[in-house]
Amino acid sequence: MQDNDLRLDGNAAGGLLNEIFRFEMTAAEATCGGCGTMRPIGELMLYQHGMGAILRCAECDTALMRITYIRGCYSLDLSGMTYLRITSETH
Amino acid sequence: MIKGMAQQLKWQLGTVVEIREETPTAKSLILDLLDWTTHVAGQHVDVRLTAEDGYQAQRSYSIASPPGDKNLMLTVERLDDGEVSPYLTDGLGVGDRIELRGPIGGYFVWDPRNPGTNGHPLFLAAGGSGIAPLMSMIRHRASTGNKVPTRLLYSSRSYEEVIYREELDRLSAHDPTLRVIHTLTRRRPPNWMGYGRRIDRAMLADTAWRPEEKPLAFTCGPTAFVETVATHLGESGYEPGRIKTERFGPTGG
Repeated sequence: MQDNDLRLDGNAAGGLLNEIFRFEMTAAEATCGGCGTMRPIGELMLYQHGMGAILRCAECDTALMRITYIRGCYSLDLSGMTYLRITSETH
Repeated sequence: MIKGMAQQLKWQLGTVVEIREETPTAKSLILDLLDWTTHVAGQHVDVRLTAEDGYQAQRSYSIASPPGDKNLMLTVERLDDGEVSPYLTDGLGVGDRIELRGPIGGYFVWDPRNPGTNGHPLFLAAGGSGIAPLMSMIRHRASTGNKVPTRLLYSSRSYEEVIYREELDRLSAHDPTLRVIHTLTRRRPPNWMGYGRRIDRAMLADTAWRPEEKPLAFTCGPTAFVETVATHLGESGYEPGRIKTERFGPTGG
């Protein structure tokens, strides 16, 4: 099985992101610091691992968000993202 | 819709009230939840299992029931090497409880109240159990009498593996605005008249609405399936923001 086969998308990160941001985040729009593409988080590529998740740009593979949760602490590396727009409407 | 309110989702217990065998490998769990605000078609829940030693495994499952239903339906395909799905399909009985949170998602949703949605033809493309969130949309459409022209292109391995087959037959037989097109990729019954191959550009050209009709497309299934559909629809002229995608990976877990 190739790595690509294990890939999900940002939709599956909605629950985790809600723990941190409290808003509905899959429709939030993020701009990639690598190529400038702006997409809803639901369209980013998601790689999950034991301690967290990485969200990457579907166009250029830049990591927009690296999230870990270890011993009660969320750590976010957002260096690959230049802009995040959250709409404050939740269903 | 609640405006301007952030809200943290809470884990809660859902009680299994019914189990339906959909296909030899997929089952639907009908769950009763005490604290449930209605969902929007296309949303999912996170399901969390905890082992006796405290080890936890978590997966996302799309909601297959329509908004407004009293109970929640999740359809789970059994994957032999999965961590979560074998328990959900084989280890659960009526009366058992599982832990879940939701509803989750605001991107992969069909909500006729949203701008640019109602009145626009719907093109739905499902691969295997990727039918679940699209079924919520089809059921929502049926339960509210919404007549937006809708086509479902549904890829399954074999006739026996078509989830919700009878319900789809029934709904499309009674509703001329709903068309269901099947393709069977591995085995086909004798005299099968439908498609018999993986979804490709020609099949999408034959079945999808033309871009000039201002359609809205949703595709859910394995990663490769979703990317094939999204690429070909995009190349045919669909606007990127009008092709909504959800990948469940090869395994879903």
